[in-house]
Amino acid sequence: MFHIYCPHCSEYREEEEFHYHGQAHIARPLDPDSCTDEEWGNYMFFRKNPKGIHHELWDHAAGCRKFFNVTRNTVTYEIKEVYKIGEQPKVVADAVPSK
Amino acid sequence: MSDVKATGAEATSVPTKVVMNQLPGAGIVGQSPLHHADLETVAKNGPKQGGVKFKEQKLMGLLTLRCNAQNPEQAAVAEKLLGVALPTTPLTSVEKGDTSVRWISPDEWLIVVPGNKAFALESAFFADMPGHYSLVNVSGGTTIYQLSGANVKDVLKKSTPVDIHDSEFPVGKVVSTVFAKSSAVIRRTGEQSFELVVRRSFADYLWLWIQDASREFGLVVEA
Repeated sequence: MFHIYCPHCSEYREEEEFHYHGQAHIARPLDPDSCTDEEWGNYMFFRKNPKGIHHELWDHAAGCRKFFNVTRNTVTYEIKEVYKIGEQPKVVADAVPSK
Repeated sequence: MSDVKATGAEATSVPTKVVMNQLPGAGIVGQSPLHHADLETVAKNGPKQGGVKFKEQKLMGLLTLRCNAQNPEQAAVAEKLLGVALPTTPLTSVEKGDTSVRWISPDEWLIVVPGNKAFALESAFFADMPGHYSLVNVSGGTTIYQLSGANVKDVLKKSTPVDIHDSEFPVGKVVSTVFAKSSAVIRRTGEQSFELVVRRSFADYLWLWIQDASREFGLVVEA
């Protein structure tokens, strides 16, 4: 079970109260009509599946019902930080070394 | 949250929000979600001693208010109508006379007043409140349970994942959480008393749950 800090309620709550909503920071194309099928398909269906740092969207469904972002390590399941919608993560994955 | 300002022609038109009094005339008696359980008879015939006391605070007026507490005009009007300022600190509640206000989220509050005062308060809000806001009467969809007694915390520990230790859950604190897997707004009203705002459709299930969870401590029903 996760023990998640809700940035709106300002306290830790059990995972049972939260809902996971997948990858965070997915920007909808500003002009969908001018998107190619590939661009729209990438926006609609393709998600990251990183090993390590992942930014994801959670909803305090049984509490304040607000959405917020979580940075989590998908290997250790450790939650690195939580931050509100519109803010940028402080913890980001190291750049992939160029070969 | 943005405050939508009426412009142009809209500014001159009169607001046409219609509020309906949800209470019928005096000839019709309201029934609480636990009407079928006949708590009066249970209270009369049941045990008078026990570790947990249960009482349904029925037919109260509950209003969900969503507005911007950072907007001084809205905050001032809300304070004037409620007699008390909206609590802006997360997870707190305020109470004055027969009106209580619970913090639900940064822009949402749950107001509880006696059932026969809800319509007047609702009408006053729609007449006075400026800007962009929402006020919904949720009285019909909810009921309030009061749990108290020496073992009330033991029952809560069985039923909710929230930490109810004195250091984490002081008197006056309010949390929206799950109680026996159904949603509830739990507020601590005293050292050994808690109040649960629960959904009407879960009222019977939670009543059965509370009877089962408090069996080992002895349940006293009050009516």
